Amino acid sequence: MKIDRRCFLSLGVGAAAGTVLSPLPWKITDDLSIWSQMWPWTPWPAQGENTFTNSVSTLCTDGCGITVRKVGGRAVKIEGMAGYPGNEGGICNLCAAGLQLHYGPTRVREPMMRVGSRGEGQWRTVSWEQALGEVSRQLAGARKAGTPEAVGAIVDQPYGSVPALFRRFLTAFGSPNFMYTPTMADAYAAVLRLTHGTDSLVGFDLEHADYILSFGSGIIDGWGSPVRMFRAHSQWKTDGATVKQVEPRLSNTAAQSSQWIPVNPGSEGALALGLAHIIIKESLYDYDFVNNYASGFEQFRDLVLAQFSPGNVSRLTGVDQSTIVSVAREFARAHRPLAICGRGQGRTTGELGYFLAVHALNALMGTINRPGGVWALPVPDYIQWPEPPLDDVARGGMAKERLDGAGSAFPVARSLPHRLAAAIREQKPYGLQVLMVSGANPLYTLPGQTDLQQTLGQVPFIVSFATHMDETAAYADLVLPAPSHLERYEDVASTAGYPRPLIGLARPVVPREGDTRHPGDVLIQLAAALGGSLQEAFPWPDYDTCLQETLADRWEAMLADGYWANDRFQPDNWDAAFATASGRFEFFPDAVKDGALFQPLEPEGDAAQFPLVLIPYDTARISNGPVASPPFLIKTVADYVLKGKEMFVEINPESADALGLREGSAARLTTPRGSATVRVHLSHGIMPGLVGAPRGLGHTAYDDYLAGKGVNVNALVGAISDPASGLDAAWGIRASLAKA
Amino acid sequence: MSTADDASKHAPGTGAADDRADGAGGAIIFAFVIGLAASLIVGWVVFPKLLYSQKRQPIDFNHALHLGLEDQNCESCHFFREDGSFSGAPALAQCIGCHAEVQGDSPDEIRFVEEYVQKGREVPWLIYSRQPQCVYFSHVAHVRAGGMDCVSCHGHIGESERLPVYEENRISGYSRNLWGHNIAGFKKDSWDRMKMDDCAECHAREGVTQASVQTTKEGCFVCHK
Repeated sequence: MKIDRRCFLSLGVGAAAGTVLSPLPWKITDDLSIWSQMWPWTPWPAQGENTFTNSVSTLCTDGCGITVRKVGGRAVKIEGMAGYPGNEGGICNLCAAGLQLHYGPTRVREPMMRVGSRGEGQWRTVSWEQALGEVSRQLAGARKAGTPEAVGAIVDQPYGSVPALFRRFLTAFGSPNFMYTPTMADAYAAVLRLTHGTDSLVGFDLEHADYILSFGSGIIDGWGSPVRMFRAHSQWKTDGATVKQVEPRLSNTAAQSSQWIPVNPGSEGALALGLAHIIIKESLYDYDFVNNYASGFEQFRDLVLAQFSPGNVSRLTGVDQSTIVSVAREFARAHRPLAICGRGQGRTTGELGYFLAVHALNALMGTINRPGGVWALPVPDYIQWPEPPLDDVARGGMAKERLDGAGSAFPVARSLPHRLAAAIREQKPYGLQVLMVSGANPLYTLPGQTDLQQTLGQVPFIVSFATHMDETAAYADLVLPAPSHLERYEDVASTAGYPRPLIGLARPVVPREGDTRHPGDVLIQLAAALGGSLQEAFPWPDYDTCLQETLADRWEAMLADGYWANDRFQPDNWDAAFATASGRFEFFPDAVKDGALFQPLEPEGDAAQFPLVLIPYDTARISNGPVASPPFLIKTVADYVLKGKEMFVEINPESADALGLREGSAARLTTPRGSATVRVHLSHGIMPGLVGAPRGLGHTAYDDYLAGKGVNVNALVGAISDPASGLDAAWGIRASLAKA
Repeated sequence: MSTADDASKHAPGTGAADDRADGAGGAIIFAFVIGLAASLIVGWVVFPKLLYSQKRQPIDFNHALHLGLEDQNCESCHFFREDGSFSGAPALAQCIGCHAEVQGDSPDEIRFVEEYVQKGREVPWLIYSRQPQCVYFSHVAHVRAGGMDCVSCHGHIGESERLPVYEENRISGYSRNLWGHNIAGFKKDSWDRMKMDDCAECHAREGVTQASVQTTKEGCFVCHK
């Protein structure tokens, strides 16, 4: 028997036939398809009983009421909490994506001390005893030197027990330098202080307004409390309310409005006064309010009639006269008109004149403290601790001027962190030795990063209370790990325009991971370590006890419902609402002086060198506060805003033609503060001469998933202190764009 | 050159007639049979053994014993939660009621109490009937609404005194019980297989509309989320 090639072929054919007649190929095909449909490395939520915990997410501007679904000890989904005031079951995208931050790889899990130079990313882990020992040593050094004022703190929010503990710590320590990140709420607070004479928060009864005139506010782009705004916006559509959007760029809000009124950036306030001109001239204002409850109207009227005629305003704003006249008449004749301001998401403070002008428009129509109008709410007053005892050192320090000039150079301001860099650089009125940062991320959010980083380099000791390795933590000397927003108790006082006092309660939803400590606990422990009057000022054994005692009889209700709200709140009637010298609404507060405050603010930079103007814009798809956008958010961003790691800026095709740029062209964007390589997206939705750049991209810290996407526009824009309020008034900066 | 080679191969005296003469035809048939038989053996016998790994459960649980002690049959331990979801294999919390202390002297019982109950660790039970993650199966719809009994799909596991060996598919990672023990996929009883065809067969037979409760429409997404 001869075995040749044909035998092997035959063997193969036999084997093939046998294989086909066996289950092997069919079974393997089936198994492979199951395998490939469910890659074993794809994570799946654990199976088991679903449990739900209500809490408040502290990631976004105003805190979303959340219901967290858990399986076993793991949180698997965050949804809006049904019945939470304002949100009513809705949730903003950042809070919905909160799990990616909570379980993200850059959570700080143990105390870390810097090794090597600042920002280099070289750390060694230390024990809590070592970490607290180092902080107390630094703090004790400042007190020993008799310069307790050289210690400062920056937190994110002005209200709530954690900021209050930081303020109390500094006060008992002897430093007036408690700072927080100001927002439009601060600009409104300054306006209310000047025109109402009260310390108030602003609230908007949006749901009952029927004609909304928005001066740049991104109603559905994240302004105020984002979910409440979406709901209000839908309600307006159903009810047939009119929404007019005044801004230089066709934002989502503008696209969804009844009319988009493109306006030169920075001239929104002038347009408001142009409308006031028509309303006054045609006697369309509310006589009762203006005659009986207001003062300074004559000066205001004279100024507006003299300087803000439709012709002048048209020149300043680029809006044609007929539009100015028709919008003014419509606004004045509406049943419940409401004018709102605070550009984009309202995270920037803006010019005081702009806020005053828009508020005056509401005052003219008598919408203040009325249904569908703008309300003055009492500032949260539930924290009623006795004044901390001060020793001699503390009294000496507290008598010093603040580094940022709030309360001294700028009496209406409470916190001006953008002025900190200059104070540190010039050591005026004194230098800063220790900086504590908690919840805030000034090295990302403050304008003029390069400047700031160099300046902060002069501060000998920076300690960051951080949940994540954000930009500020990465630049610190010591990072103290804080439990994440799903792991801790914290009260969240609503400040973003909800028209009733509201406090949310964040609570531990999942067990703590890592060796973290609540910033409140750390302060109590530091006070104990420093002893003396500081220890006396912190009588609580721990933060949770402190919070429980502070919330007192609200505590049980907040545990049950997740929040406390005063549903019966009604704003003061006009005869009791104003505490100015005249006891009336002040149309023309002293700060306005000769009206220069109402003139549009010129952006920084030389027009010849920088022919364009860069305006940062906000979108609800990108988080632009201290917290970086997790991947879930970035995936929702269009590829003409961010493609891979490249950011697009928007320019009008007309401007692009002049610069020789086409859709997608790489370009060098330069401002007096810095430059960056970007790509160009052409859009008729932006006025010629402007460059629109999204705010919230370009994080450099965190991890590979969150960092290195686009450019941080805050780094390209410098701050301009408003002459009256001291708040950062910059709305943009001059820029040039050249083919790269 | 190749032409010359071909010519030499087909030279007189070396053609097909000679193949038959030297028995090459028989060899070809023989080789075919060998190939056929070997691959059939591989496909039907060797392959199933290679495809599945054999695993023992962490604890050899006695269903029959427990079923005799409980009064609500299977649902005593495999119950529906208040929200309608099905609890599946019991968690430790359910066992602790009786097993806080060692009951009897079975080595598995001692191990269960010492290694799991006392240490508070959940038992990593291997689930014979776990469907792939892409399958959305609602127990409550079948048992409560459809009135099906457990045996229809799970067989007589409740009467067993020992847990069967868990055979895990090395490719897909799921239990052999889904495809069934017969490698050809034939089944005798309704619980022998748990593939999509078996779902469809029963749904067709019973005339059950396979529509989404929410949308009342039929489609893949009723069962595949």
